[in-house]
Amino acid sequence: MSDVAWMDAALTSSRPRAVATLLRYFRDLDTAEEAYQEACLRALKNWPTNGPPRDPTAWLILVGRNIALDGARRRKRQQELPDDLEADEEDLESRLDESHYRDDVLRLLFVCCHPELPATQQIALALRIVCGLSVTQIARGFVVTEAAMEQRITRAKARIHDADVAFEAPSAPERAERLAAVIAVVYLMFNEGYSATGNGAHVRAVFCDEAIRLARLLLRLFPAEPEVMGLTALLLLQHSRTDARLDGDGQIVLLEDQDRSRWDSKLIAEGLALLDKALRHVQPGPYQIQAAIAATHARARTASETDWRQIDLLYASLERISPSPVITLNRAVAVSKTRGAEAALDLIEPLAGKLSGYFHFFGVRGALLMELGRADEAKRSFDRAIALANNATEAAHIRMQIDRLSLRT
Amino acid sequence: MHYMVLCYDSEDVVCAWTKEQEATAMEKLGVVRKKLKAEGKLVSTGRLMPTTAATTLRKGKEAVILDGPFAETKEQLLGYFLLECKSLEDAHACAKELAAASSSAGAFEVRPMLMFSPDGVNP
Repeated sequence: MSDVAWMDAALTSSRPRAVATLLRYFRDLDTAEEAYQEACLRALKNWPTNGPPRDPTAWLILVGRNIALDGARRRKRQQELPDDLEADEEDLESRLDESHYRDDVLRLLFVCCHPELPATQQIALALRIVCGLSVTQIARGFVVTEAAMEQRITRAKARIHDADVAFEAPSAPERAERLAAVIAVVYLMFNEGYSATGNGAHVRAVFCDEAIRLARLLLRLFPAEPEVMGLTALLLLQHSRTDARLDGDGQIVLLEDQDRSRWDSKLIAEGLALLDKALRHVQPGPYQIQAAIAATHARARTASETDWRQIDLLYASLERISPSPVITLNRAVAVSKTRGAEAALDLIEPLAGKLSGYFHFFGVRGALLMELGRADEAKRSFDRAIALANNATEAAHIRMQIDRLSLRT
Repeated sequence: MHYMVLCYDSEDVVCAWTKEQEATAMEKLGVVRKKLKAEGKLVSTGRLMPTTAATTLRKGKEAVILDGPFAETKEQLLGYFLLECKSLEDAHACAKELAAASSSAGAFEVRPMLMFSPDGVNP
């Protein structure tokens, strides 16, 4: 690997820990970000001549901290700085233990997923501040102009600026609460990338890589949390299908029609290993269960080998832990394979009220009706799905099913 | 004499490789692997999953299994066992058996392999 590529990768992977630690020192996002950026510039000048440091993250923190400190001293001679700042220097040199970074990174991510912010802004903020994606990249992913994204991020930052985030080490329940919120945002970030189709799909696929990078980081910081193992396993298993899930025109290919030889076997192996590790704890949670569902698909060499009974059971336990009509809808697909379309339809009909605006509800319902030979009703359901489709690819997919319907009748 | 070459690098950096970087790295290495194989020097090779996939068994009267890699610096890497097991549970059972028969203290890190090439060249 070339030096430039190595430096680039080292800077990228250091970013969350470095910005998070700088945030603890200066208690201000902009100062932390600027200090980190300035430190990166110095690294690019310094490392090629002096050789890369043994611990790039610690180097960036130390340099970034001194830069920001100098700046602050220059600006306001009398300004009072957090008093633990000087004491941290020695500790920084021997910062080999990951647990040092644990609460800092968690705090940084938690700041980004402030509950007052809408989900898309939480994701945008995390991508910008924690992952270091450019505003241009994020704007392209969300299909908005750069100016609009810039404004959105500035506004989100302003909103959290005044938010009351505790800087002392969190208590165990606080830590658990923060971790749960952060896991949710990492999953949303992944989905934002994964659900993208058509033109912008390849741009947004970067979000998936960033979410996986964050999940791995969380796993390193919280090595004994089964839900973090579950989250990482889930993302890896879903990501393993990326190449197979869209065809050459960017159209959705259903799981059962995918060419499984195009699934990434390395990601699958790692996902399965992590799930194995999580299950040892016997503390089931929604991410572990979803990972187990993804794993059941991953283990089937062909679609017909899928253990639908197992998937039905897993969805049933997911329903118990976190009841939601969307989960029931997903379970209905498994039920249709084990007990037939009629039973599946019975399961989803009561959801009609709650899911009246949900594209997938009408898609699944249409497919079940189609299977039962109730073509007219199927067509009406598919039409409704098209009206609710989130993008052209989803609509095109449903149209294809309607075409199949008209071939039959 | 058998020699074991142990590979160290930052997994943060390696995990951040793109598919293209990964393919290039493997291709470059593949050339040397084939050459050493032809010379009769390369026996086998493998690639470990990241340390996030690791569990560690602490030897003792009652072996304890912990999440995460082996992180102590007071002990050194002395040997290895390569197991083929159906599950992590099975691998842990084997590791416990080995630990019970082991005459030293210390630990076993159990790390799943991402790739194993028994002849050093072919998957």
